[in-house]
Amino acid sequence: MRNLVSFVVGSLFGLGLLISGMTNTNKVQGWLDIFGAWDPTLAFVMGGAIIPMAIAWQLTKIRKPVFADSFPTPPAPQIGRNLVIGSTLFGMGWGLAGLCPGPAIASLSFGGGGGVVFALSMAAGMLIAPRVRTRLDQAAAAS
Amino acid sequence: MQLDWIYGLVGGGIIGLAAAIFLLFNARIMGASGIIGGLIDGSGKSDWTERALLIAGLFLAPALGALVMGGSETNITGNYGVIIAAGLLVGVGTRLANGCTSGHGVCGISRLSLRGIVATGFYIVAGGLTVVIFKHVLGVI
Repeated sequence: MRNLVSFVVGSLFGLGLLISGMTNTNKVQGWLDIFGAWDPTLAFVMGGAIIPMAIAWQLTKIRKPVFADSFPTPPAPQIGRNLVIGSTLFGMGWGLAGLCPGPAIASLSFGGGGGVVFALSMAAGMLIAPRVRTRLDQAAAAS
Repeated sequence: MQLDWIYGLVGGGIIGLAAAIFLLFNARIMGASGIIGGLIDGSGKSDWTERALLIAGLFLAPALGALVMGGSETNITGNYGVIIAAGLLVGVGTRLANGCTSGHGVCGISRLSLRGIVATGFYIVAGGLTVVIFKHVLGVI
């Protein structure tokens, strides 16, 4: 059942990204571009997604998960160096191409060669990320 | 253009519903970079079928949706140097930060997670500055 849920969740996620326009890089870059013709759509997408999820978080306090023993424990509310550096690097890539990981997969079927190259580069980045993390930790320990 | 925000709200609602189902049924966080990255670097071996099936749906449903709609466009830049650099930055950055727009943004902010809010602040400011510099100053994108 967990497998079926995963497939349904992925499908809804993908449809939501397509319907909301988040697979269109113009809309993402249009939202980030405060000095251009600013496009507010992304704010509506975020707001629309956060509402059901906020209700779900409330439900986790009074219910048990359907196909698991317990809900995940949230990480300690610690703002580490990797969170800041990683989010900054991610934001730069997001601004350059207008794609983040979810839409990169959701748009693969119609994104042409550019979409495929982006997804492969993203996969390569994810593959080397553990080594980058080790380097950063070593550099921090040495300083 | 006027309808775009309605599509945004409806599509966003579906994304939030998906994240809510994943949390309430499977007790999992619907973060795209974590689900994909765990398959790629091998850290998600124990539940790889769930990850692979989620990614299969994430790929197939919009593929079908785009067919029904008569095609869709990403309008991604034709500059492959920019695409490769962007992909690498997104891949390394999201894994270092342990999350992206879905994990830190949707799932984190909705529970008022400090990490989610800080991460989202950094990637939005970095993204905004990048667009301003590379579009308006350098004219690359």
